[in-house]
Amino acid sequence: MESLLEQIERGMLWQAPGGVHPPGHKALTESIAISQLPIPEKLIVPIKQHIGVHGKVLIESGQFVLKGQALTAPNQPWSVPVHAPTSGTIVAIQAMPSAHPSALEEISIILSPDGKDTWCDLFPISDYASLDYEEIIQKIQMAGICGMGGAGFPAYVKSQTDKKIEFLIVNGVECEPYITADDRLMQEHADEIIHGISVLNHLLKPEKILIAIENDKPLAIKSMQRASESFENILVKTIPTKYPSGGEKQLIQILTNKEVPTRKIPADIGILVQNVGTLFAIGEAIHKGKPLIERVITVTGKTLNKPKNVWALIGSEVKHLLDNCDFEPQAQQRVIMGGPMMGFTLPSVRIPVVKTTNCILAPNQIELPFNDNEQACIRCSACADACPASLLPQQLQWFAKAKEYDKLEDHNLFDCIECGACNYVCPSEIPLVQYYRVAKAQIKEQQEEQIKAQRAKERFEIRNQRLEREKEERLNRHKKIAKPKTADEQTKIAQAMAKVTTNQSDKSAVSAAIARAKAKKLQNQNSETLPDNTEVAIKRAQRKEKARLYREEKQKETLDSDNNQAPSSETDDKKSAVAAAVARAKAKKLAKQSESDTNKDSREVESTQAEDPRKAAVAAAVARAKAKKLAKQSESEKNEGSSQVELGTSDDKKDSKDNN
Amino acid sequence: MKASTQLNMSSSPHSHSQKTLSSVMMTVLLACIPGILVQTYFFGYGVLLQCIIALITAVVAESLVLKLRNRPIVPTLKDNSAVLTGLLLALSIPPLAPWWIIVIGTLFAILIVKQLYGGLGFNLFNPAMAGYILLLISFPVQMTSWLPVNSLQQYSLSFFEQLQVIFTGFTSDGFSVNQLRMNLDGITMATPLDTLKTDITKGLTVTESLTGDVFNGFAGKGWLWVNITFMLSGLYLIKTKIINWHIPIAILSSLAFCSILGPLFSPDIHAGPVFHLVSGATMLGAFFIATDPVSAATTNKGRLIYGAFIGLFIYIIRAYGGYPDAVAFAVLLMNMAVPLIDYYTKPITYGHGKIQ
Repeated sequence: MESLLEQIERGMLWQAPGGVHPPGHKALTESIAISQLPIPEKLIVPIKQHIGVHGKVLIESGQFVLKGQALTAPNQPWSVPVHAPTSGTIVAIQAMPSAHPSALEEISIILSPDGKDTWCDLFPISDYASLDYEEIIQKIQMAGICGMGGAGFPAYVKSQTDKKIEFLIVNGVECEPYITADDRLMQEHADEIIHGISVLNHLLKPEKILIAIENDKPLAIKSMQRASESFENILVKTIPTKYPSGGEKQLIQILTNKEVPTRKIPADIGILVQNVGTLFAIGEAIHKGKPLIERVITVTGKTLNKPKNVWALIGSEVKHLLDNCDFEPQAQQRVIMGGPMMGFTLPSVRIPVVKTTNCILAPNQIELPFNDNEQACIRCSACADACPASLLPQQLQWFAKAKEYDKLEDHNLFDCIECGACNYVCPSEIPLVQYYRVAKAQIKEQQEEQIKAQRAKERFEIRNQRLEREKEERLNRHKKIAKPKTADEQTKIAQAMAKVTTNQSDKSAVSAAIARAKAKKLQNQNSETLPDNTEVAIKRAQRKEKARLYREEKQKETLDSDNNQAPSSETDDKKSAVAAAVARAKAKKLAKQSESDTNKDSREVESTQAEDPRKAAVAAAVARAKAKKLAKQSESEKNEGSSQVELGTSDDKKDSKDNN
Repeated sequence: MKASTQLNMSSSPHSHSQKTLSSVMMTVLLACIPGILVQTYFFGYGVLLQCIIALITAVVAESLVLKLRNRPIVPTLKDNSAVLTGLLLALSIPPLAPWWIIVIGTLFAILIVKQLYGGLGFNLFNPAMAGYILLLISFPVQMTSWLPVNSLQQYSLSFFEQLQVIFTGFTSDGFSVNQLRMNLDGITMATPLDTLKTDITKGLTVTESLTGDVFNGFAGKGWLWVNITFMLSGLYLIKTKIINWHIPIAILSSLAFCSILGPLFSPDIHAGPVFHLVSGATMLGAFFIATDPVSAATTNKGRLIYGAFIGLFIYIIRAYGGYPDAVAFAVLLMNMAVPLIDYYTKPITYGHGKIQ
């Protein structure tokens, strides 16, 4: 079977579905040479004119700049600089309405030209092949070049792909009615465009370079064919005139029969598409060292007495362009930036033209009547027949009106390129594209909110987990610390108890003797661990400090959790604690002589056991067991004392709270 | 220019094909005219009278509902859809049917089938055909009382006599519609489809039946030309891209295919494709009725399926059903299947196909 490349070379073309044939109106400007405009009185250069992020402003108000001097510097990826379109003084740097469908304000550099148009130093490169890859990419970036067909994608990003590029497609289709800027550029500057192409050829080394031009531009086709004659791998392809054949995805389909998978970019299937204007700019940037400061703009429409293509400095006000084409505004005048299918109306003529502006259209009411007569959809599906993306615009419209966002996504709303073909053919004059735009914006907003909510949820869960973990940790610490601590506290209770028992006089001398022996043993165990003390004390201090910090943050929760947790741990051990207390009390009684020592010891026990919980736990358990035994023997005693012990434990709780 | 000039804002695209709803409907209406004239020529002024009554009823009914629904009346009427519904219904009923037949049918079509579902664009069923079926089921006698072509009629009626029949049921001489339908032998004549059906139940073969008065050997007299005219108008609509070719072509091919198969198995009781294609409402149905965008399938593949099934149902009902013609039933049946068809024939969006 014939390979794709062979088929293409043989002249095969494929078809993109749908499409419409709106009246071209290109005759207004296509035969008039591009003219140079006088330097305007004021230039407004928005610092961001592309898809991505703006650079860092390098100049300040009042500073004198030369033509071509960089006004911003890229400081992060996806950033390209803007340059002074002519020499003059910076008047202000402020937010100004920009070239945007809703005239959003953009930080702009306002330049007052000195009229001398003095260039800064340029660094042309005669032999780009001598530069390495990175240097060329950087040159393209520093020249401020972004996609000039309308999207404004930074050219350096696009050219930097690490994918193997099979086809480089040069987009000279210009399918939008009225616009002839690329047509004239190809007619007059074919060689410069080829310069740009050869730079990309050097960078990307594609198998084939396809220059696509619609068949309504015979002169441009001839001109490009002549300029590319000496290049073996460049093929000029004439494609049938149909809107929107110039759409990147549609053009790829027409030339190669490939589809860019949804949410992928052409480079993923080995294709790169660049507009002729962009390639011209790349050629200029490399060969002449010129940054992107002017471009061809078609100024057209029947309210202009002299429609034509102009070289306009980026930042010129639309008014400047219109005035130079003899504009006679009418009632309900519309001024459109871009073509009649995808352009947007401007709220004012004081808006600057930017790098992506290819047309200023000032139509009268007859050529482009203002339609505002939406009627019911009759499901005729003329829209589906016109859709180049094979969507069902009619269904999308119902869903958009009903705000059924899942259905919209289900019907691939986001594959809509907003070309307006559906809208163009709709007999009910439904502003379909507007519905989609609104729906897309709402879905995006919703998704962002969902993401936010998801993040909040995750944060909340992580926080909960952390709290849980900390609670657990604290609890464990408590369990370990609680006993010795209670033991410490209970010495006081024990003392009270002891008073009671002394009052009652000892009933069983035997049990007392046993208790004494046990207590002594316990004391011995404790004293064995004494040497660790200082180190342990430091560690404990650190831990306490940490705990204190945390406590400051989450005091309330801690209180609650302690309230919940403390009783259970206490009740578990209540019996044994009581018994232990009794035992200890008895021991105390016996060790009355060295009471102060015992107190100190028990404090040491606390700290030691915090360090070595296992030993301590064992010791406590032993003590408890023994105490139990003891307690059994002196049950009557315990019954009397238990009410007092109860009081004591509730005090303990309070203490443990404070300690935390 | 003055910088203060107020600029108008609008959303893209700013260009429009200028093919509007109103102009689309108007083109369809105009395309009906040759057919109406031919039908009038063969079946008398009754056809025109029915059309006029239907138009008036449709406009009045539509205005009434729009008023009740607080919708703009004149702009909505200008879309011409109500007029078209009335016209298509009028073309489907016997020319001398009593006036209240077409009035009831049109009222039902406009008020119930169209407006109660939400107006233009929201109706599930083709209003004209739903109206037709209501009439056919409710008033079978009046709805099947077709006069034979003029040349076969015993009495030729003037315009005013036909007017009188429509509004009173009798001519000035006291003839009823039924009497008018009889031939010299006192036998009531019917449409070719009806006649064929009756003949076959009587035990005649198709060939024998086709030698009858109402036929010209292979198709119904008059009906042949009516169908050819509607077909030509329909082709014009396709050419001007008012309708898509998918539905009519699918209906006609499917009907032709079935009517080729039929005689292969039992030639005596099944008429051939030519007869089916130029009889009854075949062409009107294929080009003007089934193509009603609101109630038809919306994807191209879906339209082919939709059309093919209509053709199949037309054949089945004509050949085996109780009614002589079947366009209305077939269309309504398929109207019900439209959401299903549309769901399963969604085109593959760009970039969602198999990875090459």
